[in-house]
Amino acid sequence: MKMTGAQILIQGLKDEGVNLIFGYPGGAILHVYDELFRHPDMHHVLVRHEQAAVHMADGYARVTGNPGVALVTSGPGATNTVTGLATAFMDSIPLVVISGQVPLSMIGNDAFQEADIVGITRPCTKHNYLVKDVRDLQRIVKEAFFLARSGRPGPVLIDIPKDLQLHECDFIPYGDVEVRQRRQNFTAHRGQIRKAWDLLKESHRPLLYVGGGAVLSKASVELSQLAHMAQIPVAMTLMGLGAFSGVDKQSLGMLGMHGSYYANMAITDCDVLVSVGARFDDRVTGKLSEFSKHSRKIHIDIDPGNVGKSVPVEVPVVGDVKCVLKELIKMAQDDADFLKEYHRRLKPWWEQIQGWREKAPMAYDQGPKEITAQYVIDTLYKMTDGDAIVTTDVGQHQMWAAQFYKFKEANCWCTSGGLGTMGYGFPAAIGAQLARPDKKVICVTGDGSIQMNIQELATAVEWKTPVIIAILNNRFLGMVRQWQELFYDHRYSEVEMKVLPDFVKLAESYGAVGFKATTPDEVPKVIGEALKVTDRPIVIDFQTTLEDNVYPMVPAGGAVSDIVLA
Amino acid sequence: MNDNEHSHTISVLVENEFGVLARVSGMFAGRGFNIDALSVAPTTDPKLSRITLITHGNDQIIEQILKQLNRLVDVLKVVDLSSEERVRRELMLVKIRSGNHQEKIQKILQAYSGNLLDQEKNIAILEFVQEHDKNNEVLTQLGDFEILETARSGNIAMQTGKKILAT
Ligand SMILES: Cc1ncc(C[n+]2csc(CCOP(=O)(O)OP(=O)(O)O)c2C)c(N)n1
Repeated sequence: MKMTGAQILIQGLKDEGVNLIFGYPGGAILHVYDELFRHPDMHHVLVRHEQAAVHMADGYARVTGNPGVALVTSGPGATNTVTGLATAFMDSIPLVVISGQVPLSMIGNDAFQEADIVGITRPCTKHNYLVKDVRDLQRIVKEAFFLARSGRPGPVLIDIPKDLQLHECDFIPYGDVEVRQRRQNFTAHRGQIRKAWDLLKESHRPLLYVGGGAVLSKASVELSQLAHMAQIPVAMTLMGLGAFSGVDKQSLGMLGMHGSYYANMAITDCDVLVSVGARFDDRVTGKLSEFSKHSRKIHIDIDPGNVGKSVPVEVPVVGDVKCVLKELIKMAQDDADFLKEYHRRLKPWWEQIQGWREKAPMAYDQGPKEITAQYVIDTLYKMTDGDAIVTTDVGQHQMWAAQFYKFKEANCWCTSGGLGTMGYGFPAAIGAQLARPDKKVICVTGDGSIQMNIQELATAVEWKTPVIIAILNNRFLGMVRQWQELFYDHRYSEVEMKVLPDFVKLAESYGAVGFKATTPDEVPKVIGEALKVTDRPIVIDFQTTLEDNVYPMVPAGGAVSDIVLA
Repeated sequence: MNDNEHSHTISVLVENEFGVLARVSGMFAGRGFNIDALSVAPTTDPKLSRITLITHGNDQIIEQILKQLNRLVDVLKVVDLSSEERVRRELMLVKIRSGNHQEKIQKILQAYSGNLLDQEKNIAILEFVQEHDKNNEVLTQLGDFEILETARSGNIAMQTGKKILAT
């Protein structure tokens, strides 16, 4: 059977199980949009900016674990996806982004709306393709999904010239399409896993340091089993939140620059550090030479490129986190007698951790007048029983959300950890909500960040997604202001939001619901009202303390143990 | 090069597709690694190309280079030949003003198994195929001549004995 490039593309997406795509049309992708018109079962979310389409696909991917898909035109449509791709690339999120390109014969001529998007996105995609022959398209689509999902996941871009969308070729049944099976999934070396277990057995002060890799590999069950069997404390990175329940007694919450005092002290003092899908990011390690100096390190990661990149590791285990943890659990099960002794051995370590917890618990003071950001997050947490999906933008609000919303499970937390992209949170929330209509979705954002993709209110209203947009409005680019206060002697250079829209009116003008809270007692009231809305987005303008700082804080470039409490 | 930095010869087997070289060189540029020399050509299997890269760095940098190369989807195999028994050769062309010193030139050609490829009036093109360092020696020997230009392929290399670069 003959099919056009456009038909092959849509069929290829369906064969991969896709029924929802985020996109924005234009000249070079018109043939695909025309084909889409004939497929009412392929839902298309018309965004208001291509960057948002990619963030929506990203939010969709983070809560489902499946690749999100975005569709855009050539030139400016394609270049608008770059921030979204880079965001997903840094956090290893599976995406397939499809862009139109000028016709084959015009490539390289500086044609109207031509951009070398394959060249531009090479360093911020896991892989990308310029399709030059329609007979390659089926393979490329299948391969793109394979690559996006497998190994260390990531975004893949497919650039399809306009004329090629109409070229015809024979259609091959999905099962017969051959992809080049590239080395992606590493099976960890059993001997290394054994070494890891033996090293762990020698420890007196062990710590599990859990990152986004544990979420991506869907390893929560195994992680919790191993942690509980061996009674090892668990600290999570910003990306790892939810991989282990934040309400579990063994959870030390988040570590790193704005992590808890006790998690940071534990990583400083532990004697065996087990990194589980984390990558010793500079926001976690602080000054490298001082980082967890006394520990012997085990590093479990699917990407060999992550292992030993910044911190020397004694036992590298290259493999899928879930598979490795399963093996470790088996080894632990065979060592039942040892575990009893081990539990006794860890008592002093737990007592030390308890001491740190008491010295500096994660707490805040909510007085009668000003609304504190922490109180807003805590109230959101309590009023949703900790069951919501939370997305964030970047800044102080992001850190407070990470500190005070305790996730019980994985895939409920979408934040741009690697790239730190303001403008990510709201579109990601829409994508997450469309993927999980059963869940409450909250976007915690700042008065700066929300304005970077606020146009998507139109999309959210159109799709009736009851996302709650909780703006922690401090009238500043708060996180930058905090750095200027602390490290630039209060010189507030271009961080004040002197003009802000009336967020309530703005919401209403889009057909969304708008609330404002100016006093603490209004906080639970407006949240309660917002939770009742089921058919459209809700913007809440929380007028919070203007110049509050996020603590604890490991000063940039300082050692983790230099952590400042307030 | 600092004391703890060493030169490494790395062989890379890649898909013979457009853009592959850009991916490889882009990885070096984007991460601040150096390429001292590079050569690419298709293998006997036209679907595959072989890249030989000369780079330098300390052990940690070289390890990262190898790992990051391995991460590229089009890269099928990476071998650091510096830790292997191998032979290396570089092709070097040198254009000189030969003047009236034909004898000296013949001597150098003989000593380094070079060839005279072209001679027009008093301008000569010499060819040498040997290790990069040996070629450097030749240039020193040619010190008395005016060297108009050089073109060098950079070392290419191969493991000795049975070992081959294959997937
Ligand atoms: C696209 C982008 N531009 C600039 C920055 C740098 N930056 C990091 S945090 C921040 C301030 C964010 O302000 P706001 O959204 O109001 O959040 P707050 O810190 O006040 O909670 C800025 C400008 C960034 N992360 N992303």
